[in-house]
Amino acid sequence: MENILQQLVNGLSLGSIYALIALGYTMVYGIIKLINFAHGEIYMLGAFIGYVFIQYFHLPFFVALVGAMICCAGIGVLIEFLAYRPLRGSTRIAALITAIGVSFLIQNVMKLRFFAGAEPRAFPQAIEQKMIEVGPIMVSNIQLLILGTTVVLMLGLQIIVMKTKMGKAMRAVSVDADAAMLMGISVNQTISFTFAIGSALAAAGGVMIGLYYNSIDPMMGVTPGLKAFVAAVFGGIGLIPGAALGGFSIGLIETFVSASSIEGLSAYKDAIVYFILIIVLLIKPTGLLGKNTKEKV
Amino acid sequence: MPLLTVDRLTKNFGGLAAVSNVSIQLEENELVGLIGPNGAGKTTLFNLLTGVYEPSEGSVTFNENGKETLLNKMKPYAIADLGISRTFQNIRLFKDLTVLDNVLIGFNSKNKQGIFSSVLRLPSFYRQEAELKERSIELLKIFDMENELETLARNLPYGQQRRLEIIRALATQPKLLFLDEPAAGMNPQETAELTELIRKIHQEFGITIVLIEHDMSLVMDVCERLYVLEYGQLIAQGTPAEIKENKRVIQAYLGGEI
Amino acid sequence: MRKNLKYNLSWLLLAVAVYLGIFVLKSVGLLSGIVEDTLSLIGINVILAVGLNLIIGFSGQFSLGHAGFMAIGAYATAIFTQIQSTYTGFLLSILIGVGITIVVALVVGIPTLRLKGDYLAIATLGIAEIIRILIVNGKDDLSQGIFATGGAAGVFGIVDYANWEVIYIFMVLTTIIIANFIHSSTGRTVLSIREDEIAAEAMGVNSTKVKVLAFVLGAATASIAGSLHASYIQTIVPGDFGFMKSVDILIIVVFGGIGSLTGSFVAAILLGILNHVLRNVQAISDYRMIVYALALIIIMIFKPGGLLGKKELSMKKLFQRIGKGGKENASVDR
Repeated sequence: MENILQQLVNGLSLGSIYALIALGYTMVYGIIKLINFAHGEIYMLGAFIGYVFIQYFHLPFFVALVGAMICCAGIGVLIEFLAYRPLRGSTRIAALITAIGVSFLIQNVMKLRFFAGAEPRAFPQAIEQKMIEVGPIMVSNIQLLILGTTVVLMLGLQIIVMKTKMGKAMRAVSVDADAAMLMGISVNQTISFTFAIGSALAAAGGVMIGLYYNSIDPMMGVTPGLKAFVAAVFGGIGLIPGAALGGFSIGLIETFVSASSIEGLSAYKDAIVYFILIIVLLIKPTGLLGKNTKEKV
Repeated sequence: MPLLTVDRLTKNFGGLAAVSNVSIQLEENELVGLIGPNGAGKTTLFNLLTGVYEPSEGSVTFNENGKETLLNKMKPYAIADLGISRTFQNIRLFKDLTVLDNVLIGFNSKNKQGIFSSVLRLPSFYRQEAELKERSIELLKIFDMENELETLARNLPYGQQRRLEIIRALATQPKLLFLDEPAAGMNPQETAELTELIRKIHQEFGITIVLIEHDMSLVMDVCERLYVLEYGQLIAQGTPAEIKENKRVIQAYLGGEI
Repeated sequence: MRKNLKYNLSWLLLAVAVYLGIFVLKSVGLLSGIVEDTLSLIGINVILAVGLNLIIGFSGQFSLGHAGFMAIGAYATAIFTQIQSTYTGFLLSILIGVGITIVVALVVGIPTLRLKGDYLAIATLGIAEIIRILIVNGKDDLSQGIFATGGAAGVFGIVDYANWEVIYIFMVLTTIIIANFIHSSTGRTVLSIREDEIAAEAMGVNSTKVKVLAFVLGAATASIAGSLHASYIQTIVPGDFGFMKSVDILIIVVFGGIGSLTGSFVAAILLGILNHVLRNVQAISDYRMIVYALALIIIMIFKPGGLLGKKELSMKKLFQRIGKGGKENASVDR
């Protein structure tokens, strides 16, 4: 029982990170139907920017976190403007390949010695890790910080999307960009804003994972990026609650499989995640929360 | 025994009955119209009869030379193979394929080639390919479209796109053809041409045609018999002359009391 | 009939001419080992791209798991040629790989091909990852069982039965098979599904069957490419067949033109040359991936339909043009 609770906490912390990245995936997908494969790289850049702020500018952790979020928001907007906007009218697969190109580009520019270099770097311990006993289980203060920050950010996102004018514009554009434009909504601005928000969330994930795992490198975004995409699809891509649900689900499945007492099972943890994903899709072809839209004949 | 017997057919979407308790019979070589106000369930009925939707209740039976087949749970392609074809309200051509390819795909259902003979390019492949091509061109000739063989379907003018959809449906060699608003979006001259076309198909191919149409002059002109739907229910049937006089039909179209 | 013979013969002539060209260049020593490697890799990439193009470009199903099927072929050859180290053993291993791939593609294709677009993409990605993870967790060597994939360390010292000539022959064969398939009545039904699945069904096309058929055929060619890859490179690790490999193949397909086999050829050759130059010119080799990524982005922005769009090189059209005395170039619409 204690073990289960313990793994639940571990799974939720990992799931928070997936959820934060998945949110960006899903928002961008919802608004321009693009699988933004460079999103994992934004997460990586967030971790590195946070690292620079803490290591070289000696900023406190939360200031560095917010700083990284703001920088990455800018980077996200810039990428959309330079690489994706010219392709707005063309096929989705062309946009997808461009996104993959952007992802390669960021990884390899960061690998240059002039920037970060290919070697992993130790992330400074801006907040000292302490273990706290909560009832029968041990929780680290960093896990609590990750969970807490994630919840705050998700609530913030929910407020932005549901209560603000910009949020309303985002929802409108995702339903029908042309109609939204006719209603006087600036589609370009709304898309830029979506990229900014999504990128900021990924950056937050990156900085927190740096603190959690103590190590960052230019390729760190690839696997979590892919998993977050899986999470977004799992929950129903394009749906914000779906991304959160998917992120937490994938985090929990992974953690429980890794900790399982069945011998050798943990080596198959990613395979199990994908297997469950495929089963979910076969039962609900548009993800857990997705609505089945039948094409009108 | 009618060609197609629809018995108390019902389709529920959630709580809404889009088609409710509809019974109709189609005889061989008939030209029947299906009319009704927008949202009456006409296209839904077509979709039920062609396997796009599965009926909630009731049955659809196809009778071919005394051989009866229950269509209820059949997939669209299997129903098409039986000899039931259709066109769509919003044109659904294979847009990036040529006119000829569109028609050839129609022919495919009754003329399947073996994979091995096509991959290995055996002489039988070339023979069959040439024959299908010839038949497609013949069919296109009947409708004066033999000069557009290599044109991409998307580049055809609107009226010709509608026409090609009908030709493609005929290429499947149907016994029963459903036309879903073939005159939608056409100008009066195009509609007149279409009227002639439908007559011609009816006479030359000797098949049963069911037509959904809002253009009353067209319907009254070509159809031998009409069914009228409103709110998913069959409210009247009869010859065009009878339907014109039918109080419920007038009420359905004009609304309110009379 | 006579005309068809003419077109087919001219294709054959082209294939033989290219073969002889490479053969002569090699014989007179104009072809260094590195260039030969590049040519062989281009050949393997052509097989992969043509197969994936069948799935994505012609049947319109978005697969992100092509590398998984390649892995099956590669490991089938790596393992089986240890049991039977002969040329026949190598050919048998290709058949075994294709056989396993067909079974796997059927088992996963029949349920998942109901999914649409990105959902199908992620499902196929998942399948490829599952295959890769199973391979990572395989046995170390044959004494422990037949599934001796060598785990994460992979298999090395695979006998090199595949040289550039073998690869060339397989490239020509797979291309002929896929091109003939596409230009048959079944091939037309494959296209009809890409264009409009609902209309295709209404025309009597069994869409599930046709989609699965295209998927299985594409997967089988990927397996052949995997076998050739394993035998040519002689060392394989599971990481060779990860998500990134699927993406590499996808890039060739999109770059050349989705729905153009000629495009897949052109793209595989151009990207192969680009890679060759980037790898072997000292001054830029450090920036190889950066240049590659930039090239990708720029090409997509300026040519989003790929180099050739849906155009194909057609002998028939070529002859017609020559017959008319036209001066236009060779490549024309299908």
